[in-house]
Amino acid sequence: MMSRRVVIDPITRIEGHLRIEVEIDENNVVQKAYSSSTLWRGIELILKGRDPRDAGLMAQRICGVCTYSHYKAGVEAVEDALGVTPPLNAQLVRSLLNESLYMHDHIVQFYHLHGLDWVDILSALEADPALAAKEAFKYTDLPIATGEDELKAVQEKVKGFSGKGSLGPFANAYWGNPTYKFTPEQNLIALSHYLKALEVQRIAAQMFAIFGAKQPHPQSLVVGGITSVKDMLSPARLAEWKSKYEIVKEFIDRAYYPDIVMAASAYGTEESVLGGMGVKNFLTGDAFLLSRNKNLFESGMIKNGDLSRVYPIEDQKIEEDVTHAWYEGDKPLQPYNGETIPNYTGFIDGDTVNGPAKIINEKDKYSWVKSPRYEGESCEVGPLASMLVNYAKGNKPVVDAVDTFLKRTGLPVEALFTTLGRTAARMLQTKVIADHAIITFNSLIENIKSDQSTYTKFEIDPALEYKGRFIGEVPRGTLSHWVRIKDGVIENYQAVVPTTWNAGPKDANDIIGPYEASLVGLKLEDPTKPLEVLRIIHSFDPCMACSVHVMDIKGKELADFKVSTVNGVGTC
Amino acid sequence: MNSYDSLLKQAEMQLESLAKLSSVKEEPLEVILDKHGINRRDFLKWAASITAMLALPAQFTPLVADAVKLADRLPLVWIHLAECTGCSESLIRTDSPTIDSLIFDYVSLEYHETLMAAAGWQAEENLENAIKNYAGRYILLVEGGVPTAMNGQYLTVGAHARTGLELIHHAASSAAAIFSIGTCASFGGIQAAAPNPTGAKGVDKVISNPVINIPGCPPSSKNIVGTLVYFILFGTLPAIDVYSRPKWAYGQRIHDKCERRSHFDAGEFVESFGDEGAKEGWCLYKQGCKGPYTFNNCSVERFNQHTNWPIGAGHGCMGCSEPDFWDAMGPLEKPIDAHLVMGLNATVDQIGTTLLTATAIGIGAHAVASLFASKSKEEDDE
Ligand code: SF4
Ligand code: SF4
Repeated sequence: MMSRRVVIDPITRIEGHLRIEVEIDENNVVQKAYSSSTLWRGIELILKGRDPRDAGLMAQRICGVCTYSHYKAGVEAVEDALGVTPPLNAQLVRSLLNESLYMHDHIVQFYHLHGLDWVDILSALEADPALAAKEAFKYTDLPIATGEDELKAVQEKVKGFSGKGSLGPFANAYWGNPTYKFTPEQNLIALSHYLKALEVQRIAAQMFAIFGAKQPHPQSLVVGGITSVKDMLSPARLAEWKSKYEIVKEFIDRAYYPDIVMAASAYGTEESVLGGMGVKNFLTGDAFLLSRNKNLFESGMIKNGDLSRVYPIEDQKIEEDVTHAWYEGDKPLQPYNGETIPNYTGFIDGDTVNGPAKIINEKDKYSWVKSPRYEGESCEVGPLASMLVNYAKGNKPVVDAVDTFLKRTGLPVEALFTTLGRTAARMLQTKVIADHAIITFNSLIENIKSDQSTYTKFEIDPALEYKGRFIGEVPRGTLSHWVRIKDGVIENYQAVVPTTWNAGPKDANDIIGPYEASLVGLKLEDPTKPLEVLRIIHSFDPCMACSVHVMDIKGKELADFKVSTVNGVGTC
Repeated sequence: MNSYDSLLKQAEMQLESLAKLSSVKEEPLEVILDKHGINRRDFLKWAASITAMLALPAQFTPLVADAVKLADRLPLVWIHLAECTGCSESLIRTDSPTIDSLIFDYVSLEYHETLMAAAGWQAEENLENAIKNYAGRYILLVEGGVPTAMNGQYLTVGAHARTGLELIHHAASSAAAIFSIGTCASFGGIQAAAPNPTGAKGVDKVISNPVINIPGCPPSSKNIVGTLVYFILFGTLPAIDVYSRPKWAYGQRIHDKCERRSHFDAGEFVESFGDEGAKEGWCLYKQGCKGPYTFNNCSVERFNQHTNWPIGAGHGCMGCSEPDFWDAMGPLEKPIDAHLVMGLNATVDQIGTTLLTATAIGIGAHAVASLFASKSKEEDDE
């Protein structure tokens, strides 16, 4: 083979447009990896000069998958700037929406975006449904959608596709790759849950829409509070939320959790999922208001995988480098000092294992994503960071969930620092949230009895200047929005988002980010069909639209923000 | 009924010719429905509801049912340009376990980056195969605006780093029909809001083929499904307004069928979010509701299987299915004083592009404001 370059573009089953390239040696082991985001939209630039109350709805259009995250962040950044505190009811409803979002988003991520990296659809067709029905009981006492007849129906449905030679959305994937480790029966169980999850996610979306108006792209938050007061005060609506919540929670307990236990047993010795981590620094923010002043998850940072010490996050230690990003600039800058002037240099002609193509020129710039660094080091963010930091902090619900899972699977703590661990952590985070969302719900019901307020009035004085920010945790990791208001309109807006941390290119010092680092040392079975790469990248849950943002030079003035702890306004 | 008779004929002929095409799927829909416990009566009921939604007379119901059975003859190719994936997310929220979702199992989704298993070279191969094998037969659904500045290089897709602009030309060239899904594909969307840094445009601005727009941010899954069924049924695009939106879905203003309309007429307005009027469900005009300027069926169809919708949840409509709404309707929480509230019978065709430039016919904002003043409970609330 001539070329040792593998290009994967588009990376499918993600939000947005992502290209991954790797260079392999003669044994097909990855030596170098490059991550490139191939779309730029410029939304922060568009926000300038707008009414600050529009920030949330506009920022929301950054991403329709973790829809709501940027809405809430935009609204709460403006609240922080104006010094507005929404009433407790509003904070609790926002938290309830966030919990509903996570329950939806993580299910879709695992089953519909990530699942096919673990589940071989064609193998599922060979399974014996009777045996599979029995197998399901190994992982839970109460399996869902795995009765023999149900599994037979699932097989027939998919055979319906393959019979005509048209697999539709399942066509031309890497089926049969030897790193698929489920037995045919296990594949069939997971395939059945893939289909079941399509139904459940609709219910999860309805659960969200009760107080959020619609999903995706809710419309019930305003600066100062929430608008869905009628729904909040309606016993029928509250009951509706609870009944849908129970259905979704049941799926998490009886399908999602056991499926990950099943994956841990099947993949526990598969090399390609036991690496996948080159960066062991983790950052996370606060999240989920359970009751007045009580959050479910806390913020913090871990260095070098050392769980014995958690550091508070200090914003001035965050810098972004654009050496290899398609922007002008030659030194790392604090986000609030950031400059963003597009400077696209494109790809070059080259050869790949699949033939000639446009390839990344790694000596030059190669992505629309910048490279954020903390004290000059790259960091991973996301559910794994949230679980690890909270585990290290001794956060009881997290410690219990992680320990129970490790005991169940017989895996050591070190197993968390792998692709498998990253995927398991997302499920564990979902499980902890599903177990605790009801506390938020009950707090709301309790509070409504004596207080029906949902909105705090405020004024924007055009003669004053305001600045504020939101920092908190969203499904893909730590998110912050920064806003500066002058003459009554947005003067400057910026978002520092999760996928930027994970997907950024290498920096001026050749320090590489989590995506790129996670692939080094990976052995590919067939470089023309690089399933192993997809599996690792999907385990991060890429969201490219989020990660490509523009900051304005006027942001410099934001440098004098007083930043003590990482704490969003109200809930996050 | 003459025009209906000819429409009926057109539909019958179209279905006949579709039936002659080879099916992509192994099992006919009847069998699939049967397996899901959906009997013929339920199916016809559903077909009747779609027929009504499409504003066709009841006699079309059996034809709609037949059309759906032939849905597998027309494969779908869905491409992503400059977007947020919200429209795709909306697509996977189609009703379940009812028939809408089965339709999506049943139609052949040949290419869809968010859902397809293949990636990279193999994904591109799927796209090329679909374009080649189903030339003149596939329906192209586009999500996202087209960045046109810098030769379109703000977006590239695939190993050959094809720009979004090249991709849309390529995919459109042999499509049987092209649907712009969402406001981004229809009108450029959020990235086209001022100052439009990437020169983003709606699909119909960059290609010459006819395009049907299904705007909304995102559009409801109902509007996507309905437009598909219509196309299968007639083999032509439905009647459209000046913005190429199907009239059956976008023919009426939000305001005309709004659940809070009686409060508008009675002059009962929410004066501040969270006030007594908000708890009672009064009209949101004074909180910036753009329902009077917005053509869509949200007030009837709602979202997430009728669970809720923005006005239901106490937030004004922001006009997301109108061209340039981010610029034209903002600030979103303030009434558009400069704009005019249209006469109640005006349709978008009469109002046309002048709607958002404040020179239209109808009662002026001033007149409406005085209408408010005479009926409003403002004083009582303050
Ligand atoms: S129309 Fe709205 S939901 Fe659809 S891609 Fe554009 S921003 Fe996202
Ligand atoms: S102004 Fe808005 S809330 Fe009021 S009746 Fe019209 S559409 Fe409904």
